[in-house]
Amino acid sequence: MLKIENLTATVGEAEEAKQIINGLTLEVPAGEVHAIMGPNGAGKSTLSYVLTGRSGYEVTGGSATLNGDDILEMDPEERAAKGMFLSFQYPVEIPGVPVMTFVRTAMNSQRKLRGEDEISAPDFIKKSREIAKQLKLDAEMLKRPVNVGFSGGEKKRLEIYQMMMLEPRFLILDETDSGLDIDALKTVAEGVNAMRSPERGMLVITHYQRLLDYIKPDKVHVLAAGRIVKTGGPDLAHRLEAEGYDGVLGEAV
Amino acid sequence: MDCCGGTDEHEDDCTEVTVKEGIDAKTVEAAKALESENYSAGFSTEIETEYSPKGLSEDTIRFISAKKEEPEWLLEWRLAAYRRWLTMEEPTWAKVRYDPIDYQEYYYYAAPKSGAKYESIDDVPKEILETYEKLGIPLREAEVLLGVEGAAETAATAREAPRVAVDAVFDSVSVATTFRKELEKAGVIFMSISEAVREYPELVKKYLGTVVPQSDNYFATLNSAVFSDGTFVYVPKGVRCPMELSTYFRMNAENTGQFERTLIVCDEGAYVSYLEGCTAPMRDENQLHAAVVELVALDDAEIKYSTVQNWWPGDEDGKGGIYNFVTKRGDCRGPRSKISWTQVETGSAVTWKYPSCILRGDDSVGEFYSIAVTNGRQQADTGTKMIHLGKRTKSRIISKGISAGKSDNTYRGLVSINKRAEKARNFTQCDSLLIGGRCGAHTVPYVENRRADAQLEHEATTTKLSEDQLFYARQRGLGEEQAVALLVNGFVREVLQELPMEFAVEAQKLLEVSLEGSVG
Ligand SMILES: Nc1ncnc2c1ncn2[C@@H]1O[C@H](COP(=O)(O)OP(=O)(O)O)[C@@H](O)[C@H]1O
Ligand SMILES: [Mg+2]
Repeated sequence: MLKIENLTATVGEAEEAKQIINGLTLEVPAGEVHAIMGPNGAGKSTLSYVLTGRSGYEVTGGSATLNGDDILEMDPEERAAKGMFLSFQYPVEIPGVPVMTFVRTAMNSQRKLRGEDEISAPDFIKKSREIAKQLKLDAEMLKRPVNVGFSGGEKKRLEIYQMMMLEPRFLILDETDSGLDIDALKTVAEGVNAMRSPERGMLVITHYQRLLDYIKPDKVHVLAAGRIVKTGGPDLAHRLEAEGYDGVLGEAV
Repeated sequence: MDCCGGTDEHEDDCTEVTVKEGIDAKTVEAAKALESENYSAGFSTEIETEYSPKGLSEDTIRFISAKKEEPEWLLEWRLAAYRRWLTMEEPTWAKVRYDPIDYQEYYYYAAPKSGAKYESIDDVPKEILETYEKLGIPLREAEVLLGVEGAAETAATAREAPRVAVDAVFDSVSVATTFRKELEKAGVIFMSISEAVREYPELVKKYLGTVVPQSDNYFATLNSAVFSDGTFVYVPKGVRCPMELSTYFRMNAENTGQFERTLIVCDEGAYVSYLEGCTAPMRDENQLHAAVVELVALDDAEIKYSTVQNWWPGDEDGKGGIYNFVTKRGDCRGPRSKISWTQVETGSAVTWKYPSCILRGDDSVGEFYSIAVTNGRQQADTGTKMIHLGKRTKSRIISKGISAGKSDNTYRGLVSINKRAEKARNFTQCDSLLIGGRCGAHTVPYVENRRADAQLEHEATTTKLSEDQLFYARQRGLGEEQAVALLVNGFVREVLQELPMEFAVEAQKLLEVSLEGSVG
């Protein structure tokens, strides 16, 4: 499904560009959930931006394909239409644009790019209600401008709401657990688990083992200095929690 | 620093606006098909036109007055204005730059040759009807607009669309006014100002020039001398006007100035909502537009005036485009009266416009909601003046300026609290949004306060369209331009909400078109 090979990428303008991704190789087959853990500043968010096409993040080598399609040449919206979804570490506020308007515009835009019909207003509202209920989101919140005045936890839940509405094929969750209390964490994890399917792949970026108790990964990768330095099963997350990155990475080098 | 001194004011408006659904879908399509780059209203109409002699002189004014079969007093009024104008100087305090205007190079009157006012819509030349149709203004929407009243009812209820009566002005003359009969039944007078001068001379004489005096400012004085056509509205005591009223201005003839004059009077306890839209063909020369709008609200009356201005802004290099110098002012003459200006300004090469309120009556209320968009090389200097004279008068100013390309966008406002205006209140909010790094946004708020008990609040923000927001929206699947449009719509939402529904939809589309190519 998602295949990244020997990827290198820089961040920043021209002369000040810094290489942050340093020959990263990773494959997430359809139906699997992989976790990425790593110290602060390792390049986890950078990887998520490179994969989703944020400007200012330049690919200097290697490749990334989604179901065989080279995604690196595509505009961010084309990647979205192909099914790439990023749950942002820091969701962005959009004053004056109600959540429902935003998501519906996004959904229809994706559909248009894929040559599909628009969703009807009643269908949209029905779907939105169901998902909001599942995520314990107040319907009133969906009428408010995107993320404006939302608490940290509300913002993260709203990311998951958008994800469930848009039904992407490949999900990247960037520290979705940070800022969530345990109840919210469970709700979010339920939402994410409901999305697991044989056609879908997921990359779950986190600092903490805690989230992985609820979203069980098939594999755990350790990202450090812009590369995957260690890969293991779910138990690797436990070891990281117990021994810290230094302990685990010491042996990897 | 330049300043909007005591008496200068101006403003204006225009746009392509779809009034109704149904027929419009088709006419809008037609207009789209004619689209030339971004400006879909940029076509011109082949029609035989009768002009006044080129240039400005007493003879020109006599010619205009004679064409309109005006009474002597009005001719004298015009001539007095003209003589005054000759002694005045063009103002230079606004933050706009343009080549000197040669007032002798313009025609001050242009009219379709086949006759000024048409007896019935069937007499309106088909080219003109087609023009309005292309613009999405359905003058001939089935029989509805022909004044066949039953048809109007059925059609409107069938669509559940609010009905809008239209006065259409083509260059210097009004070519058609719709729903007249039905409005007459309610006692509402809605006609071109030329007709009103003939049919209701006393009313016109009583109010004309009482809000914007002849001597008000350079462009208003010019307008007083040469005004061509425009709309007259009178809503009698206690009447709530049964439908929205609107005027569409279309500049077609080359090298022609448009100088419309609008006068709206709401008698005690009356209410009217009025919409104004304008367009002009794309021409290499700069066309001149110097309108005057006067509003009078008597005791407990309310006037809501909305404008969508989409005159041709000129090309990317700043060639051509409309010079838009307009004076708009409302007089809250009676206690508890209210005047509300809402404007969406997206067109014109140069805009110079300050719709204002004189809050004379005690407890009267003035509002100004504005969206001004500049792109390419457009320059806009716009804002408002709220002159608090009466006790407990209140005003509210919400201005949203959006600058893109190499444009310049200035908000200029004055809040003046007179000695007598006890406990006056004003709230002002000016927000600027910058798209790209080569445009400018400026905020010039003036306050003159003579009272210690006045409550004045002012908030101003300037933000850049953020890369974060843009990426967030694109990651969710929105194309770049769509993302910009959505963010901009969010930015202006407070003001869009003030517009009548179908106008708001149109304004939204217009914003999108105006900002095309502004990023990337
Ligand atoms: N826009 C940027 N300009 C310069 N450096 C950046 C930029 N964004 C991130 N970086 C740097 O890239 C490195 C990786 O950051 P990030 O991907 O956010 O780390 P993580 O998400 O793993 O904590 C850090 O050293 C950070 O300072
Ligand atoms: Mg991060």
